[in-house]
Amino acid sequence: MHLYEFTALQIKEKIKSGETLAQEVIKELLDRIKVKDPDIGSYLSINENALSKACAIDDKIKSGQTVGALAGIPIAIKDNICTLDLKTTCGSKVLSSFLSPYNAHVVECIEKEDGIIIGKTNLDEFGMGSTTEHSGFKVTRNPWDLQRIPGGSSGGAAASVAADISFLSLGSDTGGSVRQPASFCGVVGLKPTYGRISRYGLVAFASSLDQIGLISKDVADTALLLQVICGYDNRDSTSLQKDVPKYIEQLDSIEKKFKIGVPKEFFANGLNEEISKSVNEALDVFKKNGAEIVEMSLPHTEFGVAAYYIISAAEASSNLARYDGVRYGYRTQNCKNIIDMYERSRSESFGNEVKRRIIMGNYVLSTGYYDAYYLKASKVRTLIKNDFDKAFEKVDYIISPTTPVPAYKVGEKVSDPLEMYLLDTYTIPANLAGIPGISIPCGFTNNGLPIGMQIMGRHYNEQGLLQVARKFESETDFHKIKPKFNAT
Amino acid sequence: MEFDVVIGLETHVELHTDTKLFCGCSSKFGSEPNTQTCPVCLALPGALPVMNRIAFNYALKAALALNCKINNLTHFDRKGYYYPDLPKNFQISQNYNNLGTDGFIDLIMEGQNKRVTLHNVHLEEDAGKLLHPEESNADYSFVDFNRAGIPLLEIVSNPDIQSVEEAEAYMQTLRSILHYINISDCKMQEGSLRFEASISLKESGVTELGNRVEIKNLNSVRSVIKSIEYEINRQSNVLNQGGVIHRETRLWDDKNQKSERMRSKEESQDYRYFPEPDLVPVIIEKSLLGDERASIPELPMCRLKRFMENYKLSFYDANILIQDIFIADYFDECTKDYHEPKAISNWIINEVLRYLNENKINISGFNIRPKMLTELIKLVEDGVISKAAAKSVFMEMALRGTNANVIVEEKGLVQISNTNELESIVADIIKENEKVVTDFKNGKKNAIGFLVGKIMQKTKGKANPKVVNEMLENMIKQ
Ligand SMILES: [Zn+2]
Repeated sequence: MHLYEFTALQIKEKIKSGETLAQEVIKELLDRIKVKDPDIGSYLSINENALSKACAIDDKIKSGQTVGALAGIPIAIKDNICTLDLKTTCGSKVLSSFLSPYNAHVVECIEKEDGIIIGKTNLDEFGMGSTTEHSGFKVTRNPWDLQRIPGGSSGGAAASVAADISFLSLGSDTGGSVRQPASFCGVVGLKPTYGRISRYGLVAFASSLDQIGLISKDVADTALLLQVICGYDNRDSTSLQKDVPKYIEQLDSIEKKFKIGVPKEFFANGLNEEISKSVNEALDVFKKNGAEIVEMSLPHTEFGVAAYYIISAAEASSNLARYDGVRYGYRTQNCKNIIDMYERSRSESFGNEVKRRIIMGNYVLSTGYYDAYYLKASKVRTLIKNDFDKAFEKVDYIISPTTPVPAYKVGEKVSDPLEMYLLDTYTIPANLAGIPGISIPCGFTNNGLPIGMQIMGRHYNEQGLLQVARKFESETDFHKIKPKFNAT
Repeated sequence: MEFDVVIGLETHVELHTDTKLFCGCSSKFGSEPNTQTCPVCLALPGALPVMNRIAFNYALKAALALNCKINNLTHFDRKGYYYPDLPKNFQISQNYNNLGTDGFIDLIMEGQNKRVTLHNVHLEEDAGKLLHPEESNADYSFVDFNRAGIPLLEIVSNPDIQSVEEAEAYMQTLRSILHYINISDCKMQEGSLRFEASISLKESGVTELGNRVEIKNLNSVRSVIKSIEYEINRQSNVLNQGGVIHRETRLWDDKNQKSERMRSKEESQDYRYFPEPDLVPVIIEKSLLGDERASIPELPMCRLKRFMENYKLSFYDANILIQDIFIADYFDECTKDYHEPKAISNWIINEVLRYLNENKINISGFNIRPKMLTELIKLVEDGVISKAAAKSVFMEMALRGTNANVIVEEKGLVQISNTNELESIVADIIKENEKVVTDFKNGKKNAIGFLVGKIMQKTKGKANPKVVNEMLENMIKQ
């Protein structure tokens, strides 16, 4: 077995025990990235200092010093999370040479616990897109079928974990951008409760929906990384002042009896039959293990996508206003005056999907339209939140497919943004409600494409999600199956 | 045609907190450009705002002092517009749920009770500053972000102001209230207090208002006054010639004392306000409200009334005393020791304020503490020293911080009020000036002044003139 095939937790134990050197892991991984990533396109930059950091950790271990919880684990970071050592491009030409003068909160946490940033991964520009076709630099491909999209916007993060060219990845999830690509790539993707992980240093797309998420080979690895990066940070006003449970220690201490709600709106028209079948089989696994399964309703689900695209576009149009070429980032070569400079700089550097959202966002916030769009969408958001609050009075978890369809082909729907927006139908509600959601592998289509199941829980109950997901893993082998691409 | 004028004023006040509103950068004035900046106030990707609690409490205190209704849940909104001095290209401000609404200010004006109502009071961040190069054809400008993010309080009045005099009184009253609650330096020359005026005219007796014209770039109370006068004139002329006033924004040119059109209503901006998602709503607890309310001192208008009623001071004198809270406190302190408010007021207005002004010092650094001043005044009123001597004692006290009686003793300034001591001198003078005495006896009343002068000469100015006068009259009559 190659080192890259192990999980993050396993590789950490090997390094800590001295069985393997951190530098060996890094060397092997860097070699593999060189060989495999050209086909996938998951990385935008590679950390040149990774090896020397690994050597430093090896020295620490050799000299008997204690090492952090992530000792020697190579971790890939989505390129909309600020790093001091590597460019932070957000997949945009606007920031193609942008070097942040500070580390994001999560990067600080990882480095403090001796994790090694291996590189920065590709994304749809500023996180806007569900396929990673909308990066300003390159398309990322799905390791299960190179003709297909890996999902998005954290496509690079998910594909790299699936292809065994990273052990763990950080992504961001505004409407499903972690869970959906995790589902398409057959890996685990967690979006924690809004506010659970500080957004300080996460480049904003839609501030009230953005949450840093995790992508890993199995549930234990997610627990390992979550433990390190979550918790209160006074630099993010929306950060939660809540105690952090011991995720790994309690991974298997699941309550004997729990109730799973199955919302009928998530199994309605438009859901691929193979996916429906897989998820239902997964529910049977829980049933066999003593869980109570109840049918239920989240009546406002159908308005979720519309509300989401109004709110996220509104916030995005404002968040992206700062990219004006005045202080940093792309500035046009020739312009007549300041207005002309703004117009040219922004027109020449933003991609079409981003422009579409900026236009949409400015429209819904305009005088005369604000009430009809933004305010209405905010009300819908409250209704969706209330749906969940009511549901969680009766059930402990809600299970649904992560996506209505499996990964489609690169370029297939690039000219139809509406079709792309519907990919996030099942993941968007958790962002609107601020609740945690996890996607785990639960089957394959006849074409051999991964199918993901989404588990949603009450606010702050990441622990419960991890335990339920872990339970499923312990009963099934889907998470252990690797794409053929990995072997060749 | 006769017109009534209707004026509204928008005031921006920089709060004098140590740090900015949403980051930890210093808010000190006058540092090297861009030395007080960080990822947050430069709007770098990924940076997030965190509200400065002290600034918020200052704003809350101001809203209370301005008689506002306080929203117990308030939040910030983003106000979007593109300008190079605005790093995020939106300003974090308040629009939908302002901190304070429906306040008012009672103007300090002689013989008038004028109340100006306030639409709202809210908290927002300041923008940076553009620095334009000297050469006229330069194709660049610099921008300094030191000011970007400094907490600003915006006070929006309703169009209740009906004359230039009221506008002036509004500005002065507001300024002294802000001064009293100690939340701002209120220095117009450093931009910590700024005004924008909106002016419309209406035909006398008609209720409908004319179109509103906004005036920006007003850097002193004087320029506000001048721009309003200019605008009243301009609009009257247009209307009298049958023209129409368009809703527009004009820029005041202080050098040429006139305003120029900046943009029309059609060009006016859509700020696309929406709630700031990076900040959480602020819940104002009852206890905080109580604390802030308790920290507000007696405000200028109350003090003015008290000074006039309790101490029988004139409006003019009381208004001078209340301008600066520390002067007003000083006056109050003096009256505790000595119950001659008019004498104290005269001394403060004529001597203390002049001295502070000439020497450019604050009352807090003034050597003569209230008790010392009242002792000096007592010496004069009791006739121990002359008024002329008291002024030199005052100067000496201000320089050295020494008590009056010490200086009086040192310099031998005690007046001779003892009649026994003066008797022989007075008798001598009467003898030596028989002709003058006769004149006096014959009804030439001023003649006595000559005799007093002679006695003062002989006593080197130490004789108490009041006593001498009385003695002369008595002895001549005998
Ligand atoms: Zn700053």
